[in-house]
Formats: sequence, C-alpha cells, structure tokens
Amino acid sequence: MPITFKNVTYEYPTEGDPVPAVRDVSLEIADGSFVCVLGENGSGKSTLAKLMNGLLSPTHGEVLVDGETTNTEEEEALFSIRRKVGMVFQNPDNQMIASIIEDELAFGPENLGVPREEIEERITYALEAVGMTEHRHHTPYKLSGGQKQRIAIASVLAMKPKTLVLDESTAMLDPKGRREVLKVAHELNRQGITVILITHYMEETVSADRVIVMSEGSVVMDGTPAKVFGDRDAVRRYHLELPISDYLAEKLREAGFDLPQKIYDEKSLAEEICRSK
Amino acid sequence: MSIEVKDVTYTYSPKTPYASTALKGVTLRIEEGEYVGVIGKTGSGKSTFIQHLNALIRLQSGEIKVYDIDLTAKKPDLKRLRGTVGMVMQYPEYQLFDETVEKDVSYGPKNLGLDDREIKERVREAITLVGLDYEDIRDRSPFELSGGQKRRVAIAGVIAMRPKVLVLDEPIAGLDPKGKQEILALVKKLKASFSPTVIVVSHDMDSVAENCDKIALFSDGEIARFASPREIFYDDELLAKTELDCPSVVKVAKELSRLGMSLPSMPVTKAELIAALRERRAHG
Repeated sequence: MPITFKNVTYEYPTEGDPVPAVRDVSLEIADGSFVCVLGENGSGKSTLAKLMNGLLSPTHGEVLVDGETTNTEEEEALFSIRRKVGMVFQNPDNQMIASIIEDELAFGPENLGVPREEIEERITYALEAVGMTEHRHHTPYKLSGGQKQRIAIASVLAMKPKTLVLDESTAMLDPKGRREVLKVAHELNRQGITVILITHYMEETVSADRVIVMSEGSVVMDGTPAKVFGDRDAVRRYHLELPISDYLAEKLREAGFDLPQKIYDEKSLAEEICRSK
Repeated sequence: MSIEVKDVTYTYSPKTPYASTALKGVTLRIEEGEYVGVIGKTGSGKSTFIQHLNALIRLQSGEIKVYDIDLTAKKPDLKRLRGTVGMVMQYPEYQLFDETVEKDVSYGPKNLGLDDREIKERVREAITLVGLDYEDIRDRSPFELSGGQKRRVAIAGVIAMRPKVLVLDEPIAGLDPKGKQEILALVKKLKASFSPTVIVVSHDMDSVAENCDKIALFSDGEIARFASPREIFYDDELLAKTELDCPSVVKVAKELSRLGMSLPSMPVTKAELIAALRERRAHG
C-alpha cells in the first residue's frame, strides 16, 4: 500500500479548544488507483491531502507512506516521503519559482543531488508526460492556467513520485484547462501512478476507481462512484451535487421513465431514454 | 434605462511592442431587468469588457452609456457610475481589508458620501441580504471567517452601494456545490430587490443556461453573438468556431436527436428538458 492512514486525527494549533480538522480516519490507498476525495469546504479534504506527504503530521495516529511513518523530524525521511508523494495545489500562480520552465523542473531533482544527465532525462520525460515539450525554454508566466498546472504536475513528475495528489488543482481553471489537467492525470494513472484528486466537480469523479467523501473531518462514504452517488440520501446529507445527468435521470424516474440506476454521462442518459420508450 | 456599448476597442500597452488588442468593435445593448451571461474562452475579452462598465478601464475608443451616465465624456461622473454599477471581482474575498466586517462593508457607501445613519442602515441591510447575521458578525475580523462567508461579506460590500447594475466576474469559481447554489440564489434575490440588471462572467455553462436571459459570447475580443441561450447553444457552427462547451441539458437533447428522438422544443434548462420528454411521452 503506498499510503495508509491508521486512526489519524489532526488538530490545527489554536488558542482555544482544538477542533479536529481530521477525526480518526483510517484508510488505505491501493497502488495504481485513481481516488477522488469530495466534501464541503471545511470538511477536512485539504488537511487529509497535506497529511499524505508529511506536510502535516498527525496529532494522533499514524500515516505510512510505503511503510515509512510521516511522524518524523528527520529531514532525510521526510524528503524520501515527499519524493514519493508529490502535491499540486489550487492556485497555478503560487507554485512557480523559476523564470524558465526547464529550470522550474530542474529545481527539485537538483536539490536531491540527481546527476545532471539524469536531470535532463527527467525533464524530457516530465514535459512529454504533460504534453508541454515545446515550452521547455519558455517562461511560465505567459501560459494559460491549465498549462501552468500541467507544468506544476511536470515539476512533481521530475521527482519520479509513485503518487500524485491534486488538491483542488482544477478549481481555478476554465473548462478547457480542467480537461487538460484531468487528461494528464488519467494518462499518468494509466502509466501506473496512483492519483488522488481532491475536487468539487462531481463530473470529474465519474471515471475514478473510488470516491471518498469527507464531512466534518471524518470519512463518511467510501466506494465506487456508482455506489456513492447511488445513495441519494447521503448525497443530499453531505451537500454533494449529483452529476447533472444523474439528477435528470432521477427526475425522469419520478415522472415514470424506466431508467437504470447507472448513468455515466449525457450520452448514456440519452441512450437509456430512447430505450425506455 | 439601459447600458449601451458602441464600437468599443481596447488595446493593452498601446504603441509599444507589447500592444495587444483585447476588444475589437464591441457593440451591444443591455436593457434594464436582463440577466446577461458573458462567456467565452480565457483571453477572449470578457474581463476587459466588464471592467469598462464601471470605468475600471477607461474608454480608448467607442462609446459607452450606462443609464444616463456618459463614459465618453471627458470627465464622466465616476462617483455616480460606481454607485450605479456594482462590481464583484473574481475571488473577491482576497480584497477584504478592514479590521471588522462592518467597517469593510461600509467602505463603499462611505465613498458615496452618505451620512452615518444611512451608511449603517445600508450595511445592516447588505449583510442581512447575503444571509449573514448582522449582530453576530459585524465586529468580527473578516479574516477569521470561512471562505464562503468571506465571499458573502465581499459581495455585501458591493451591494451596500445599492447598485442598479450588478456585475460579477466568476462568482461561483472555486466554491463547493452548496456554496455555488447559495451564491446563485443570492444573485436572484438581489436581482429581485435593487439590482434589476445582472451581468455575470462565467465558465459554467450549466448555470448560465439555467439563469440567463441572454448571453454575450466573446471570441478573440469580438462579440461572436449576443442572443438567448437557446439560439447560442443550438448553433453548432458557432459552438465549433468558438470552442464552446454545451450545458449538460443541451448535450442530452442533441444526443437524443442524433438517436432519432426529436423533442417538441429545444430545451436549455433541466426543467425544460424534463417537460419536453414528458410531453413527448404523453403524446405517444
């Protein structure tokens, strides 16, 4: 298991009584899986993400990355964990440091002491993986939001991680940018990288292996997208939104249309409507 | 009363090697009471356009008249303009700055030169309208609020000016589904109270289709079309040319028609699609 949570609680330091942002969470993320994490603002999603690579360490319990605990002060151990679990955040403009994309990508591996030749190879691989090879010698500032996030993913890839955590990395992008980032995430997943996608967009979860729903710091639902969205009461309770095609299917069922529970997208809804007449 | 925009062209960094033209000959007329969606790809001119409406960007060429305020004039009445057009920027919560919620929301009306009693009254009204408890929140620091609350405080700061025209730049970006629904409901409520005209920049085609009377579709700095959602989302040639996404409802309807099931109307909202399917079924 690349990432294991054992009874993990996290409390942000505060003056008053601490309120746990994550409460007693236990879970295992399977190697090579594509996992989406949903939940309202303030439900603990981002805290969960930051616990995955030791940016935060649990107040109680333990997080294991490939068997190594993140409860450590040793820099070497933390480096090794962060190399394995790369993170990309929400705002594309806050994640760039270098003025040339090639240098941006070299930054991580250089800090690890990777030999120059291998850095070259890694940059070539990472840019190709996100489809940005032709931008190698350009500045990141003039890129679109989607392109910037792809570069942010590439600079994580240059560290050769086993797991990629995207913490609302599509939230600030336009539809085209979102599609670009999602396409890259799925492509990397096909190549064997475990992807954890934290998002508010229900339709981004459709092709995931697993959906985890957080509420008030706890994991309240965990299963395939069909199972999670199939539980209509829970969807309402946790203020999730059905993907629109699911919502329409539900309304049509109420109106007497005979439609199956499993609706993947607009196209499959249309097919089922035609079949049901 | 209306907003008239005639042949507006705008170039960033004119007369330099970096000159780039963001708007080219934009002409449109928005009537009082309309809910207008401004859509188009990133970089198509949407933000440049709306920033003209309250003179955050000064007119370079062309004409703009907002109600009776002429922006073409040498010295347009900016104070009155900004009391008329309320602008909610992208991620407005980043622009909160004062010590308390009350002071932050008071900033706009103070600049309008209103007396203290009037300001207080408007601030209370605005905070209540956005769904927050005035007594509970007025003395709190805006920085200790949740993301959704911050955004509502920022919007309260704009509506405390009681603008006739409310302009919002991607008001639901980055919000969770509940926050999205709350903001969309709030905009409706404001439209029904003192901001009859609403102009929203959005990338969310589903919410545009649900809420807007008309859509201004921008493409490469020009208005590719200013029409109803139905006219725009069923014009396949236009959609392809401007690389526009369809709302889910329209995708379903088009897929149905491709499969040979024609609908009695061209639905763009969820309710319309459901009604059309029920009607078709009822008539066999």
